[in-house]
Amino acid sequence: MSLIEITEVRKSYGENEVLKGIDLDVAPGEVIAIIGKSGSGKSTLLRCINGLETINKGSISVAGAQLLDDEVHLKALRLKVGMIFQQFNLFPHLTVGGNVMLSQMVVKKTPKPEAETIARKMLERVGLAHKFDAYPDELSGGQQQRVAIARALAMQPIALLCDEITSALDPELVAEVLAVVRELAAEGMTLLMVTHEMKFARDVCSRVVFMHQGRVHEVGPPEEVFARPQTPELKQFLGLH
Amino acid sequence: MIEFTIWDILRNLLLATRWTIVLSFVSFLGGGIVGLGLLFLRISKRKSLRSLARYYIELFQGTPLLMQLFIAFFGLGLFGVDVPAWLAAGLALILWTAAFLGEIWRGCVEAVAKGQWEASASLGMGWLQQMRYVILPQAMKVAVPPTVGFSVQVIKGTALTSIIGFVELSKAGTVVTNATFQPFTVYGLVALIYFALCWPLSKSSQILERKLNVAHRNH
Repeated sequence: MSLIEITEVRKSYGENEVLKGIDLDVAPGEVIAIIGKSGSGKSTLLRCINGLETINKGSISVAGAQLLDDEVHLKALRLKVGMIFQQFNLFPHLTVGGNVMLSQMVVKKTPKPEAETIARKMLERVGLAHKFDAYPDELSGGQQQRVAIARALAMQPIALLCDEITSALDPELVAEVLAVVRELAAEGMTLLMVTHEMKFARDVCSRVVFMHQGRVHEVGPPEEVFARPQTPELKQFLGLH
Repeated sequence: MIEFTIWDILRNLLLATRWTIVLSFVSFLGGGIVGLGLLFLRISKRKSLRSLARYYIELFQGTPLLMQLFIAFFGLGLFGVDVPAWLAAGLALILWTAAFLGEIWRGCVEAVAKGQWEASASLGMGWLQQMRYVILPQAMKVAVPPTVGFSVQVIKGTALTSIIGFVELSKAGTVVTNATFQPFTVYGLVALIYFALCWPLSKSSQILERKLNVAHRNH
């Protein structure tokens, strides 16, 4: 059974159709890298999965929760998929601990002591337990992104969407974030990531999806996609001639 | 002819200043409450509510406060409602203040980065929860300096209510002038009292702006 089912999804901004019928099924525990040129629709696809963008046609469901455009359904869906952003988007007015505790208390109504225990555990997991009382602006980019991961994990999602989560980081900080993601993958978390880290995609992902002009152009296990690209577009994207 | 000392003049002006302060305070507080309501309408998801708030704001920002005072004072009288000056003054100033505060605060809410909405939505928060826990706390930081700054406009706005006969500082100035025939001294003192009320607010607005900016340095 698939965990995430994306069927015939179309999305337009006015006249401009950015997703032209996407079909993709993700099994539990799969780690999927979505690659492609900018403007190919990969970020849009990711943002459609948890309803940050509305779709025009088709359907998306995550573990039985349908994507429908009302607050009740959206909330049910978003409890199943977490999302991590390129710009971290931590809440600057809250401490690191507060960031990880807020949605547990507000959305799940978890009592504060319990939320704090979970927050500490999740921060431990990303190696930042000692930063519990720091504010986001006191952390490096890599640390902020790891807090964002802990914040998403604290909601105990079944799957995580990662939207170019290392693209805003200095090169030396990329590794610490990827190490956390690698660990999550090893623990069996279902991951969908839009990424430019080809080496990481090759090492960690179970499947690679190459998007081109709003369509899934090529899909397969990394060894195949990277070693034997079938289409000229993918060859060009990978820099092979 | 009776001689008036400076102290006589000043004492009468200061007594009237109480009413300037009370009226400013009531207008600011009432305007703040109505303005908060306007803010929520202005950023609501329903287009009709947004338009309603926009029309209100444009109407009150697009007409002189003096006209609004006249309409509140004389207009309601046409319907047989006998409006005392203090009520018309309070009402008009509250509605006028609300229009400006609502719009100032809308700008502050929109100044919060879009990513904050997206991150909180992704965590499953509903609109009200996003507003309460994520957006407003950040918007409030931005809002403090312009809000304090606007309170100066409210204090100066109360001077207009003298025209419909509400006895506050400006009206008292006119009354005292008529008795003393010393307009320069009297209005000079009136101006000094207004300045003493407004300047600390302007100054604190500037200081707050600098302070809160520091807390905001990386965002």
